[in-house]
Amino acid sequence: MASYLLKRVGLALLTLVLLSVIVFLAGRVLPGNPGRAVLGHTASAQAVAAFNHKLGLDRPLAVQYWSWVTGLLQGNLGTSYQYQAPVGQFLWPAALKSLKLAAVAFVIVVPLSILGGVVAALRRGRAVDRVISTTGLSLSTVPEFVSGIVLIVIFAIELKVLPPTANPPPGSGFGTQLRYLILPAFPLVFILFGYIARMARAGTVEALESDYVRTATLKGLPGRTVVLRHVLRNSLLPTITVIATQTGYLIGGLVVTETLFNYPGMGRLIFNAAQNKDFPMLEAGVLMIGVVYLVATLVADVAYTVLNPRLRLQGAE
Amino acid sequence: MATTEQGDSSAGAGSLSPGGAGSPEVVDPLLALALADHELRTAGTMAVSAGRIRREQLRLLVRSKTFLVGAAILVFWIVCAIFGGLFRPYNPLAQNLLATNQAPSAAHWFGTDNLGRDVASRVIMGSRQILVVAPVASLLGTILGTALGLLQGYYRGALDSLTGRVVDAFLALPIVIVAFLFIVAAGPSVATLIVVIGFAFGIVISRTVRTAVLQERELDYIAAARLRGEGAVHTMFVEILPNVAGPIIVEFTVRLGYAVFTVATLSFLGFGIQPPTPDWGADIAATYSYLSAGYWWETLFPALAIASLITAINLVGDAIESVIIQ
Repeated sequence: MASYLLKRVGLALLTLVLLSVIVFLAGRVLPGNPGRAVLGHTASAQAVAAFNHKLGLDRPLAVQYWSWVTGLLQGNLGTSYQYQAPVGQFLWPAALKSLKLAAVAFVIVVPLSILGGVVAALRRGRAVDRVISTTGLSLSTVPEFVSGIVLIVIFAIELKVLPPTANPPPGSGFGTQLRYLILPAFPLVFILFGYIARMARAGTVEALESDYVRTATLKGLPGRTVVLRHVLRNSLLPTITVIATQTGYLIGGLVVTETLFNYPGMGRLIFNAAQNKDFPMLEAGVLMIGVVYLVATLVADVAYTVLNPRLRLQGAE
Repeated sequence: MATTEQGDSSAGAGSLSPGGAGSPEVVDPLLALALADHELRTAGTMAVSAGRIRREQLRLLVRSKTFLVGAAILVFWIVCAIFGGLFRPYNPLAQNLLATNQAPSAAHWFGTDNLGRDVASRVIMGSRQILVVAPVASLLGTILGTALGLLQGYYRGALDSLTGRVVDAFLALPIVIVAFLFIVAAGPSVATLIVVIGFAFGIVISRTVRTAVLQERELDYIAAARLRGEGAVHTMFVEILPNVAGPIIVEFTVRLGYAVFTVATLSFLGFGIQPPTPDWGADIAATYSYLSAGYWWETLFPALAIASLITAINLVGDAIESVIIQ
């Protein structure tokens, strides 16, 4: 078990290093000349050279990479081109904003999709199952800005029950803030529902067909007890992994939802950095998303191992 | 050629291993007879199925309602993309500043936008770019992913673990973000869009292909090919590839839906197809701020167009998948 954990963490670290190289290369090498890309075609050659020199972009690549990575490790995320201020100053508040939105989306989608998946599995092959599975699948394939617009038209403009933006008036309380985040959360909920529900359904179907559930039923336990105590416990394990892998996806979705609802989170920050060719901001933002994803999958893998007695015992031997 | 070989080898395996039929465990002669009969029949169908598989599958497809509905919508948009110029009511680029933000009417079925352009014409012509970019990007991704997956699954070892780690690193980022990073660096254009999406999809597809190849390479026909002295390239592309074609085709149709999703999203964000070219995602980006003023038609119709195209591709994809699995 300990050796498995060590191996798993090592692998995640290796992936992280590779990811930092990819992000670095995309931000520094692909644009050709960063100074030219930022300052535009009209800038003089001297201005471009001065820009590159001031930011140390004329040093060898390996040196640049090393100073970037060591800076990151010391908590220095770089200096934003467009604001001429430390990236961290913008990144952390934005991350907190996104966390709030993501939390609202998760709180809605996790119970809803697990319930949907389990109900579909218990009624598999019947109309309820078909409706849940088809709805989930079609919702998860429509882009967030499309479903977001339909939601805005219905709930904000026609029915006027929810605000069309995500930004509450300053100083508003928890309840009001929450009300403003419901509509922006739903495009994300739509996308995630299909995936999680499908996984919960598959896990439940497998558990329902297993020997221990048959034994539990045959020994006369009431249906509810069988489902709650024997089926759910086993069916939800794979679902945890899916939820974790969807965190990465969720952040991609945030870029779109936050833009649509004008919400100043991570997604908007990355979008804004991309629009303004603010490479240090873009690199730090993208790398942070990668870190969040790697940590989430790592936690899920570990949780899966700890919760699954078969894997736990294998490790102990 | 390769499929007949596989048919033969499975038929051979069938007759070699009737297992139960003659073995001491089966005492009931009737059961033994039934088993032998079953073996014979499976061997028979397997030999036949290789030749008939395509026509049979096509017939199943045409009979499926999901496929027909999806294909009908898809054909509609393809007709719009190719011949839209012949039947669009107005020039999609023609502005009329005296008739901006007009609600849907007999003259303008879907109304006009903030520059007085006819929304219906822009929706019809908006199918053109996305129906070029999405399929080409998916095709590129499928080719790249298949090549990478075959190499990884066939050679395994150092090559597999090294490229596998790079694939892992890319998979840690959502595709929209990967696309952002590279499109910003390279500058937005249709070519960049195709290359970036194709590359990102190739990475995802390589995973599926690799898994399928790892299973295939343990089978007898690969050992046979190796004993015959076939080279690596022949084994990968002539022996293995036809047998992993099913998952690859399914993966292509799934990716096609995502490609439309991604192109539309990137265009909405301003990193895809550029205005004033009619495009659903870009048009939505240009008009959604007018939603709160009540001009819903400018945004809603392109949005429905995107949703209908993706749904159509998924319906067709689902139908193909279920036929291939059968």
